[in-house]
Amino acid sequence: MDTPITAPPLIEFKNVTFGYGARAILDGVSFEVPRGKVTALMGASGGGKTTVLRLIGGQMRAQRGEVRLDGVDVGAMKADALYAARRRMGMLFQFGALFTDMSAFDNVAFPLREHTQLPEPLVRDIVLMKLDAVGLRGARNLMPSEVSGGMARRVALARAIALDPDLVMYDEPFAGLDPISLGTAARLIRRLNDTIGLTSIVVSHDLEETFRIADHVIILANGGIAAQGAPDAVRQSADPLVHQFVNALPEGPVHFHYPGVSVEEDFGHAEGHQP
Amino acid sequence: MSWWRPADVGYAARHRLAGLGAGARLFGRLLASVGSSLKRFSLVRDQVHFLGNYSLAIIAVSGLFVGFVMGLQYYYGLQRYGASESVGVLISLSLLREFGPVITALLFAGRAGTSLTAEIGLMKAGEQLSAMEMMAVDPVQRILAPRFWGGVIAMPALSAVFCAVGVLGGWIVCVPLLGIDGGAFWGQMQSGTDVFKDLGNGVVKSIVFGFTVTFIALLQGYTAHPTPEGVSRATTRTVVVASLSVLGLDFLLTAMMFTI
Repeated sequence: MDTPITAPPLIEFKNVTFGYGARAILDGVSFEVPRGKVTALMGASGGGKTTVLRLIGGQMRAQRGEVRLDGVDVGAMKADALYAARRRMGMLFQFGALFTDMSAFDNVAFPLREHTQLPEPLVRDIVLMKLDAVGLRGARNLMPSEVSGGMARRVALARAIALDPDLVMYDEPFAGLDPISLGTAARLIRRLNDTIGLTSIVVSHDLEETFRIADHVIILANGGIAAQGAPDAVRQSADPLVHQFVNALPEGPVHFHYPGVSVEEDFGHAEGHQP
Repeated sequence: MSWWRPADVGYAARHRLAGLGAGARLFGRLLASVGSSLKRFSLVRDQVHFLGNYSLAIIAVSGLFVGFVMGLQYYYGLQRYGASESVGVLISLSLLREFGPVITALLFAGRAGTSLTAEIGLMKAGEQLSAMEMMAVDPVQRILAPRFWGGVIAMPALSAVFCAVGVLGGWIVCVPLLGIDGGAFWGQMQSGTDVFKDLGNGVVKSIVFGFTVTFIALLQGYTAHPTPEGVSRATTRTVVVASLSVLGLDFLLTAMMFTI
């Protein structure tokens, strides 16, 4: 999709701070998510990536700073405005979060039936179009317990785009997928973004696939932003933390071992080596 | 956590108060949902079917056996005084005033309450409630409210079935088996049972218990920790808290209804 370079960003984080108790997950973070692009959000586990998605969705509110959707602070929205804003978003949860008592068809039809007064034949056509977009038109009658993890996520993706949102957020869409499903999922994210003019945010640990499909990469670390920019620029970054991350090195600024007492203190000293 | 440090006691008290406040708010929201639930009554109807019809067997069988046992016990107690014909009225009063609503509520907590808690808890653990929120659908309105009103409707109906089957069980033991006169059995029951004082109060009790048990089950599910352990604990708590609440409330209601 041709988006003018001057298009204002869809999402803006301005000095956002969020934490649980004394532990700050995000500490004065500012960044922008460009409109019409695939933005990858990466970083170590527990680094606040999912928190960012929940802040955008208004499921959690920033303790300080602003999370703006189209220039409006999500954290300051009243319930009605927030629900209206959420209708413009689709979210793909890590394991799909399909409603287990409904078939694939009814799962995709759910947001349509809840938010629109469309006649049932029209709902059927839209649902089948969405399922077709993710390659699962033939699986419409299957229950969530009858589909694989990758298929469940594709059904969930069809559900997320049922209302033609402006923004789709993917929470670890590649976790636990086999190579074929993984490639399919990645291409699907890219294709949907380009064909229906979405803005996509992908939270992922999979460097290869994510760098391949992303237009813009943001790496979160230690409550702040370690790097952001085009994938190639981030890959070339001289920052040691980013270098460790994009090269998947076991040691660097992020340590393999969780901080604790020393090995000597836990296991004692080897015989003959008493200090 | 220590009970002698003021800061810890204060923290615990605030935590409990916050929990109570959240529970009260949820109760208020569920009560306020009556309009929207009526508007989409098919959702409530499905829950009445799920909570009510699937509990029918256990309620009917329990009612039958309770009726059997009451028939036997009252007969042996009353025949000493030559008043065994009064067994019918005693059975009906016991069932309508106490056993019907109370035992039904206890069984309802075990049969339907636990399934509600586990269902909501697992939906939460599977992020289904979060997903619904992100689709701009309020899970309290869409998921909890139909279940709440379904339970509130199903509970008095089940209690009525329990009482009817219990009376029938008492009749089977007393009239064909023990040889009490059928006319005396039914006649005394009819003259000794008041529509408003006995039947009406029993219905009020069963409605109150319907609100209590269903709300507790939903609250426990909705506030469960989204882990297997959390859901299992919440399910246990549903049975414990609902049963104790029913028994405690029954005492209060009986004291208010039958002593004035």
